[in-house]
Amino acid sequence: MTTRSQPVLPPERLTFGALLGRLFFSFYSGLMTAVELVIDPIQRVIGVNRMAYFFVLPNLLIFGIFVLFPMVLNIYYSFTGGVNLFPQNRPFVGLANFQQIFSCANFLDPNSCREDRFWRGLYNTVFYVVFQVGGMVAFSMLTAVVLNRSLLGRGFFRSVFFYPVLLSPVVVAMIWKWILQRDGLINAMLVSLGMERIVFFLHANWAVFWVIFISIWAQMGFYTLILLAGLQSIPRELYEAAEMDGAHRLQSFRHITLPLWAPTLLVVLVLSVIRAVQVFDQVWVLTGGGPGTATLYVVQYIYETAFANQIQQFGLASAASVILGVILLILTLFQLRIGRQSDIA
Amino acid sequence: MARSHVFMPMSILLILALALAACAPVPASPAAPGEAPAAAAPARAVELRITWYDDGNEGAVLRDLLDRFEAANPDIRVIIDTVPYASGILETLPIQLEAGQGPDMARVTQLGVLSKYMLDLRPYLSNPAYWEENFGPFLKWMQTSPDGNAIPGFMTQLTVTGPFLNRPLFEQAGVAVPSDSSDRVTWQEWAAAARQVADATGTFALAMDRSGHRLAGPAVSMGAKYFNEEGYPSLVGDEGFKAMAQLMVDWHADGTMIPEVWIGSGGSYQAANEPFINGQLVMYMSGSWQVGQFAEKIGDAFDWEAVPNPCGPGGCTGMPGGAALVAINTTKHPEAVARVMEYLTGEEVMSEFYARTLFIPGHLGLAAKGVDFQTDLPQAKKSLEVFAAEVGKLAPLAYDLQAYKYNTILFNATRDRLTQVFTGELTLDEAIQKMQEDIDAGIAAAQK
Repeated sequence: MTTRSQPVLPPERLTFGALLGRLFFSFYSGLMTAVELVIDPIQRVIGVNRMAYFFVLPNLLIFGIFVLFPMVLNIYYSFTGGVNLFPQNRPFVGLANFQQIFSCANFLDPNSCREDRFWRGLYNTVFYVVFQVGGMVAFSMLTAVVLNRSLLGRGFFRSVFFYPVLLSPVVVAMIWKWILQRDGLINAMLVSLGMERIVFFLHANWAVFWVIFISIWAQMGFYTLILLAGLQSIPRELYEAAEMDGAHRLQSFRHITLPLWAPTLLVVLVLSVIRAVQVFDQVWVLTGGGPGTATLYVVQYIYETAFANQIQQFGLASAASVILGVILLILTLFQLRIGRQSDIA
Repeated sequence: MARSHVFMPMSILLILALALAACAPVPASPAAPGEAPAAAAPARAVELRITWYDDGNEGAVLRDLLDRFEAANPDIRVIIDTVPYASGILETLPIQLEAGQGPDMARVTQLGVLSKYMLDLRPYLSNPAYWEENFGPFLKWMQTSPDGNAIPGFMTQLTVTGPFLNRPLFEQAGVAVPSDSSDRVTWQEWAAAARQVADATGTFALAMDRSGHRLAGPAVSMGAKYFNEEGYPSLVGDEGFKAMAQLMVDWHADGTMIPEVWIGSGGSYQAANEPFINGQLVMYMSGSWQVGQFAEKIGDAFDWEAVPNPCGPGGCTGMPGGAALVAINTTKHPEAVARVMEYLTGEEVMSEFYARTLFIPGHLGLAAKGVDFQTDLPQAKKSLEVFAAEVGKLAPLAYDLQAYKYNTILFNATRDRLTQVFTGELTLDEAIQKMQEDIDAGIAAAQK
């Protein structure tokens, strides 16, 4: 018998990178072993099928504490009165806060309502949602279609349109305030052209126009990006096939792009409506809700009623926010229903 | 393989060690050689916090005074948290106080509404009689009930509202300053003169802080009553108030008033310091607290001065007011707060505070003796003299309004609803009706 000698391997060289990798691997394996030590007994007790609940539990807890609980508390507050902050010190007043809000001789004339500022805020919000969302979706669609083409400097333009999204709403408002004020950039240009100054935020129509324009400018990059992704997911073969069948561009857009873009458009519509209804911070800095109440929106009414007034009416503010929540819920369900119907069709 | 078998248990141990180390209590830092051991060190100083706002240099003066206090009292440390007036004092502080998360002391102006959060220092003061003697009339503004006798704090300044003017603009326009030739100039005469100056110099004629408190002085001068016979706020049918409101509407309509302040400011308080400091404003209805800031920011760049309050059928009055430093009832250190308060209200310290800040004294003893204001600026000295003289001319109703517990509800309602008239959203009659409804609802909510 001959004994086969084992091949002699050269001693392993442990480089710094290899050591680091090994350390990381060991750390990771150790961590996983430690996690297993905890998870295994739990899995044995509750069973594999219920482990999903275990994993979503932390998220549910956070959601419960920071979203669900305040929501329930808000509903409770809407049935209480007085100026005390803590629920145990607040008297139960039933539907009195809702009655105060709905106390109107004519709902179309805010002046006839007891809480006329709420109704002005609501009507202003409806106007804002229609024109801001409509304008923004239209501009975002147009921009997405243009940026989807092979343009020179396409990457640059995509960044340019997205850049305002990165800015804080307060910064956006401050920048535009400087541009639009009496001695601002636009008025300097008007004066240099021999025209009269316009103090934009003293005129209701101008203030409303600029509030909508600025929010479209600030947010459209985000929605353009979503719509662009939706456009890019449409297979090119469909366009090629349509072209071979003699369809021109408008027909391709009408019969291929729009139907396949619809789910993305619905997402954009739902997101932008929710965001538009919640409009507050940017407008608060830009106009403070003025002139008068021309740019007062529901969320600002809620904020002022609860916090900015010297007598803080948390109950009334909560009732207003419950009403706003219900409107938002109905609007979203309505949009989703339309979305489902178009899917079926 | 063998190595990874070694690494894994080591890693588990490492994780456990790290977790244990993270949870371990932080040891006290060892005493340096020659130092006394930690156990022998003096007890930690009590830390007190003041929520403060600045009109001018008063925050810096207070810090200077407190540094001296801390040097003499090493067991107390006072931190000043300076916040903006509108968002910090008017909006955020009341929420903090309601939530029981307030500071130990705060400088506030809404004395009646916040009185329920104030601490009565009487049991902790060595000489309450001194406070009653020197701050007595102003302590009434800080009571939760009309017959209360609490001592929650002291006035950091007594303020009087009144107008400032830019004299060189009158000279440039060749228009005589109305108050130079008459002791009783009406609001309409002032407005006409200011408009003439503004037209000739390309400036703005008139501005008034966007505040119901600022409006109240001129309104009382025009004959406003504000209260009914039962002492409840009542604006419907108050012809004097309506007359002043109508003047404001007319001045906004004909361009006499700078529109940015009331129309362009949304729903909050707004001052007109910027155009006045920049020399773009002929006349500015504000108050004595501006003297320090104007002395600092305008200096002698142009001749600015305060003038006596304009007149109307109801007199020639401004509004009293002021800010008080008050103790908050959630403080954990009432004795320490009282010591700080007693130090700050000492006659010598108060005198220095008022002299350096150019504030009208809210200390009766010092007001009687007079304060040697630390300024060589004739504009500031003259303005302070005018405001000091105005104190004696204030209408009794102006004091009643200031002492009324829910006056901020009344002031905010008049401010916000009147703005809606300027923008055409409401007629004046509708606005007055809405003011009354807001006042009724606000008082009803506050009393629940």
